[in-house]
Amino acid sequence: MHPAFSVVFFTTATGAGYGLLALLGVLGGLGFVHADFWLGLIGMVLALGLIAAGLLSSTGHLGRPERAWRAFSQWRSSWLSREGVASVATFIPAGLFGIGWVLLGRSGGWVAVAGLLAAAGAVVTVCTTGMIYASLKPIAQWHSRYTLPAYLIFAAMTGSVLANALLQGFRLGSTAVLTWALLATLAGWGWKLATWRYNDGLEIPTTTNTATGLAGGTVRSIEWPHTEENYLLKEMGFRIARKHGAKLRRITQALAFAVPAILLASVFFLPWPLRAIASVLAAGAQFAGMLVERWLFFAEAKHTVTLYYGRE
Amino acid sequence: MTCLPARTEKKLGLVIDLDTCVGCQACVTACKEWNTGGHMAPLTDIDPYGGHVDGVWFNRVHSYEHTTEMGGRTVNFPRSCLHCEQPACVTVCPTGASYKRASDGIVLVDEDKCIGCKLCSWACPYGAREFDTDVGVMKKCTLCVDRIYNDNLAAEDRVPACVAACPTSARHFGDLGDPASAISQLVTDRGGVDLMPELGYKPTNKYLPPRARSERAAKVDAPALQPIRAEGGFLGWIDRMLSN
Repeated sequence: MHPAFSVVFFTTATGAGYGLLALLGVLGGLGFVHADFWLGLIGMVLALGLIAAGLLSSTGHLGRPERAWRAFSQWRSSWLSREGVASVATFIPAGLFGIGWVLLGRSGGWVAVAGLLAAAGAVVTVCTTGMIYASLKPIAQWHSRYTLPAYLIFAAMTGSVLANALLQGFRLGSTAVLTWALLATLAGWGWKLATWRYNDGLEIPTTTNTATGLAGGTVRSIEWPHTEENYLLKEMGFRIARKHGAKLRRITQALAFAVPAILLASVFFLPWPLRAIASVLAAGAQFAGMLVERWLFFAEAKHTVTLYYGRE
Repeated sequence: MTCLPARTEKKLGLVIDLDTCVGCQACVTACKEWNTGGHMAPLTDIDPYGGHVDGVWFNRVHSYEHTTEMGGRTVNFPRSCLHCEQPACVTVCPTGASYKRASDGIVLVDEDKCIGCKLCSWACPYGAREFDTDVGVMKKCTLCVDRIYNDNLAAEDRVPACVAACPTSARHFGDLGDPASAISQLVTDRGGVDLMPELGYKPTNKYLPPRARSERAAKVDAPALQPIRAEGGFLGWIDRMLSN
């Protein structure tokens, strides 16, 4: 599948934004992190800013963005429509929580309810994003039991690493959040390795034989219907050289998982200005690494239409 | 509404005979000619006289070499929308632009509602939908809704343009939901098959596999070449000398 940058950035940014929002909603709403105006303001602007930037970026690949409002109508059947509804609905409790926690400096009561509702909305929205991909049968690498948990784990991971960077930056670092961020990063690493192993060993029942209805033997494409690349090949025929794929997988592992894990582990032992710097670097490296991961998620996904063009 | 109808009154569709298709591309050009002025018009061409020709087509004919223990044969393979009973392209649509008609089962796009998110083209395993980059909306085969119900046309012309154009009658149109229809009988007689049945889209269109090879067919295989023995004598000596 063609890795359009608008969609790669969209899913990475909203994942991190919703992960951070969920954590702030729970920790702030229930009073585990006491309200601090500048911490709260920067945290909420970062979370909602990432979400808004991602959603705006996603409209960048639409053919008719001025009609995007129509996408809220078909939530009964479409995961994309459900994502649109859930993402906008989450802004309501998130906004109320922001007013209560940041502007009024309160926790508990209605602020806790708003914070927990915002967290629930964040989880639901990330689920709908994952299901858009997991529900597509023509793409075997996406239509698997690994896809939905991956979106949830990566949102929790990037969100908690961001939250840790924020708290450490304000000298309000919490060992619990730091430990959680480190464990989530290791969990994300493990899940990504398991997903790659599953995809590499995938035996896809759909072949050129079943695609053409020609049973038995071999079916070899000898002539395309057209001489130039068409929409189908540009959008769904994207191919990545195996050696480039292997290199990008190593870059993903280093930037998204290994470097953040080492930096986060070092935060346990470092004094203040250094622990804040290490935490921010971990968040930056991980975001860059997740952009590469999401690019590969598209580039390594193979659509059944490529079978018609003899691309095994 | 992108929820699917529980059942459709008819299942209009095509049956394509891979035995008689000669790959002449007449259906392709007839489709383009009709539909660029029809329901989904225009079928935009980008840079049609330049070096990177691109454009929207509803029907594309591939050619394959099918090799079995019986030998090899060329199979021409027209590929277009199969008007599935379970079209995921419709259910994934966030705007309601894609729909399946309860009356005849035809899958259509309302171009005025399409936002061009392209998700429907990802959800179609057959590559039936093509994006019009010029207009910014998705386009697809309409089964020539503007021909098959068109009272201005003579009765025999009320078939999709691809069917009307086929010089070998490799394309058939009719109601595949009616077991007594001529087209359903043809599918039964010839063992028509679904494409990618394992994905569960339940395509309406059927493909008739090429007929089994006749035993009377002439054997055209050339005998295998014999290995060449090294030449002896004077000429052999010259050959060896020149080869050194």
